[in-house]
Amino acid sequence: MGNLFVICEIEEGKIADVSLELLTKGRSLANDLSCKLEAVVLGHQLKGIEKQVFPFGVDVLHLADSKDLEIYTTLPFTAVIVDLFKQEKPEICLLGATTLGRDLGPRISSALQSGLTADCTSLEIGDHEDKKAGKTYKNLLYQIRPAFGGNIVATIINPDCRPQMATVREGVMKMEVYNENHKGKVKTIDVDKLLKPEDLVVKVIERHMEKSKVNIKNSSIIVAGGYGMGSREGFNQLFQLAEVLSAEVGASRAAVDAGYADHERQIGQTGVTVRPKLYIACGISGQIQHTAGMEESAMVIAINNDSNAPINKIADYVINGEVNDIVAKLIKLYKKNSK
Amino acid sequence: MGLKIIVLAKQVPDTRNVGKDAMKADGTVNRAALAAIFNPEDLNALEQALRLKDRYPGSEITILTMGPGRAADIIREGLYRGADKGYLLTDRAFAGSDTLATSYAIACAIRKIKHFDLIVAGRQAIDGDTAQVGPQVAEKLNLPQITYAETVKSAEGGKITVVRRLERGVETVEAPLPCVITVNASAPDCRPRNAKRVMKFKHAKTVTESQAQSEDYIDLTNDRPYLNIEEWSVNDIETDMKWLGLGGSPTKVKKIENVVFQAKESKRITNNEEELEAMIVELIENHTIG
Repeated sequence: MGNLFVICEIEEGKIADVSLELLTKGRSLANDLSCKLEAVVLGHQLKGIEKQVFPFGVDVLHLADSKDLEIYTTLPFTAVIVDLFKQEKPEICLLGATTLGRDLGPRISSALQSGLTADCTSLEIGDHEDKKAGKTYKNLLYQIRPAFGGNIVATIINPDCRPQMATVREGVMKMEVYNENHKGKVKTIDVDKLLKPEDLVVKVIERHMEKSKVNIKNSSIIVAGGYGMGSREGFNQLFQLAEVLSAEVGASRAAVDAGYADHERQIGQTGVTVRPKLYIACGISGQIQHTAGMEESAMVIAINNDSNAPINKIADYVINGEVNDIVAKLIKLYKKNSK
Repeated sequence: MGLKIIVLAKQVPDTRNVGKDAMKADGTVNRAALAAIFNPEDLNALEQALRLKDRYPGSEITILTMGPGRAADIIREGLYRGADKGYLLTDRAFAGSDTLATSYAIACAIRKIKHFDLIVAGRQAIDGDTAQVGPQVAEKLNLPQITYAETVKSAEGGKITVVRRLERGVETVEAPLPCVITVNASAPDCRPRNAKRVMKFKHAKTVTESQAQSEDYIDLTNDRPYLNIEEWSVNDIETDMKWLGLGGSPTKVKKIENVVFQAKESKRITNNEEELEAMIVELIENHTIG
């Protein structure tokens, strides 16, 4: 059996959080399967990068270091990984569901004629019986994700094709050091020998990356608004509540689609996953795409005018009524009592 | 110099407006209760194609879609907004396709269309949100891909320049033509229908649709070939059956569960100042806030 591979991303010279989260999950799945955890890092000037991944339980690190890989482009990254996977025959391959992973993952899966499941919210190992074919499969990767607008949760498997590939969004899995002293092996990939001129036809001619302005992932209190805020002005009221509570503002997809908030504030299956101490859901009905990204909050307050909204079922406090009015009162009452 | 542009579009159930009757009592999806719409980001893709057509006279836009017979609706929609023609890829052999089998079938259809400079698609479809078909079609056709496109700056001299909108910034890339680009929702919205074009194309039909009509309509298509929406079955394109449909899909759905929330014990609070204040005080005292 092949091993479990995680394709790691580099962000400002460091392994991205989402990749470390996948290494954490990958280590535990590899233990379930009694196989090795292998990481792949592509980039330029990667000296010492192994120190960042070994504590997460990486047994083998495949390193592709080249000027041609400094800035991500699809074709050379695909060429390096497809070549590696043809030799190593991984059992499982995990990638971040980032703009990079969602560009690269399908390209690799197509080249290897293998299945890929996007934006998984849970990964488990389990068996499968195909009664029609009379075949039993042991130790498959269950790729679990909401589907169909979040009304159902589907468990997807790839019985016959390898690697079994899945992408996972940032924040969905927990990041945990496996063992500070864990040591793996580094294997270097000869990139120059591998890349052909046709792999380098796409050129990045300009690039402006900015640090994320909002930091909802690490905020201990989140005030999130949905379509029920009614308007951009109505939504803006949440920034006042967030300011007095030292909180960060989040949004549901419906609110982002309606233009009330920027995409980087989106919480849920197609946004970020958060686990704050307190989550205040304002005018959010609570479709599973949204709750998938916040259900592990320690405490939830739901404010909306629908006493049957799904969000109420996972809330510790349910406040029923006109949301803008309630938010205004909460701001006032908090100011009054906090001094 | 005109460009030959293929726009990949999908008809999808409108999952953004799911009503209470969207799920049947047995927990399966009631597709009949959901409106079938032009996938939103495919409209952003169509707009990028239309802008290129405005800029490079003589360009031609072809809509390619795979789906059941009623998916011809979105080809008509495309014609109303400025596309020149359309192909509907429809066959039971495609049923149950995952993204890989879908992209294989689409790539085979594109090979049959043969002459093109650019393929444009929406980043992802709202019924699956996978964003896989664009890159997989590109791989199958051995073409470069540019995903997360927001603006096509130019497409001339055998090269295309595109601004990409990424999670943490923007990037301008240059690729040789032909290539595949997938367009974000952050790109400009699609222009509305053009009244003259609606008049011109409202009787555009696939062969199956024409046959269901009276013979007059068949004559109409004979006189005006632009009213013919080409319909291709699996026999019209060159494929290896083993890569199609359910059998050609590496991913299988093992289990589907209806979403059931575990109800928590929640405190109900009405909108009056005493109750709200009591809650605030409680939260301050147990150090949740403040």
